[in-house]
Amino acid sequence: MTPKRRQRLILVCLMLVGVGLAATIVLKAFNESISLFRSPSDVVSGIVDQNKQFRLGGMVVENSVQRRSDNLDIKFELTDHANTVAVSFNGILPDLFREGQGIVAMGKLDDAGVFVASEVLAKHDENYMPPEVAEALEKAGKMPGTSANYGIKTLVQP
Amino acid sequence: MFKWIHRFGSAPFVYRFAGALAPWIGFVCLAILLSGLYLGLIVAPEDYEQGESYRIIYVHVPAAILSMFVYVVMAVASAVFLIWRLKLADIVAQASAPIGASFTFLALATGSLWGKPMWGTWWIWDGRLTSELLLLFLYFGYMALRAAIEHPQSAAKAAAVLALVGVVNIPVIHYSVEWWSTLHQPATITKMGERNIHPSMGIPLGLMIVGFQLLYAYVLLIRMRTGILKRESRASWVAQLPEVNNTMANSKLSGTNRV
Repeated sequence: MTPKRRQRLILVCLMLVGVGLAATIVLKAFNESISLFRSPSDVVSGIVDQNKQFRLGGMVVENSVQRRSDNLDIKFELTDHANTVAVSFNGILPDLFREGQGIVAMGKLDDAGVFVASEVLAKHDENYMPPEVAEALEKAGKMPGTSANYGIKTLVQP
Repeated sequence: MFKWIHRFGSAPFVYRFAGALAPWIGFVCLAILLSGLYLGLIVAPEDYEQGESYRIIYVHVPAAILSMFVYVVMAVASAVFLIWRLKLADIVAQASAPIGASFTFLALATGSLWGKPMWGTWWIWDGRLTSELLLLFLYFGYMALRAAIEHPQSAAKAAAVLALVGVVNIPVIHYSVEWWSTLHQPATITKMGERNIHPSMGIPLGLMIVGFQLLYAYVLLIRMRTGILKRESRASWVAQLPEVNNTMANSKLSGTNRV
């Protein structure tokens, strides 16, 4: 390798390291705001500004969904398996919404500490399988979890 | 061995080599894409959670993988060009940019179509979607920068630097679903040792990914040939090519003057 080429090689490497470092610092600084949603633990611990709208993400707790027969009001609980927050919503839910499913809701906490959602989006996991296989795994209790980031790193059963 | 590699520095050799290779790759690519689509859209079972709509995965995931793969090829080629001043590397990078942009657009469009029925929204500004959109803008920026600078050598150098700077976005796209909370789910197939997709669905997906890789290779070879001809248009070996000779003879006969 000629000295000139070696010099250019070093220059290119230095540039990559520099840009990489800069990007890391910027992303670290904005870590909080790049994350799409807060977890129930964040709400309980009081990190979240209670007067502002924010997104709350978690798993819908089994047997917590209460619907009304005369309107679209729905109440359920969201968990990250450490803490739980009650959510109320009036509107049309995505098809994938069900108990045990991950969802992301946009809204605000009311005075009673209930999260009043104005929009509910469903999150699905990274597992794909035919229904029969899912049924068999369910029976054997071997349903795969998700490695999605729900605020705290836990393997969440979908 | 080294002599063989050095032949790739010669434009006429690469032009002929690419021309001979392209039809074979194109044929294999077509066969794999067709069998992947058949297995994925017709043979594969429906998903336990998403039903039939998950099948868009057979276009979305290969397009998304290629959108990043093509960028990495572009960045490596740009580095080779900057360090060794190898013209061919610059041709590879230039030829790759519009292909990569197309794959990125396809990934974003199919993702949006998938997001509406499953998540409940066409678009959300989460880490994965935003960084993938940034990738599309990087491709656009690369092409715009090349087009904006008149002097070819300066254009090539400036664009190569841009391609290298933008490469930091690739790990961000890949790890966005793990670093931050996102609406997009984590990766299905990159995790080692863990199987997150049933083989009946995973095998067609693998075929589609290979098929997309070959499609990129095929289009790249054709675009490289065009790139070489454009740059070497004044060289004597180009004038002697049978396909160029014929066109010139034809244009003389019909009286049109092609420059």
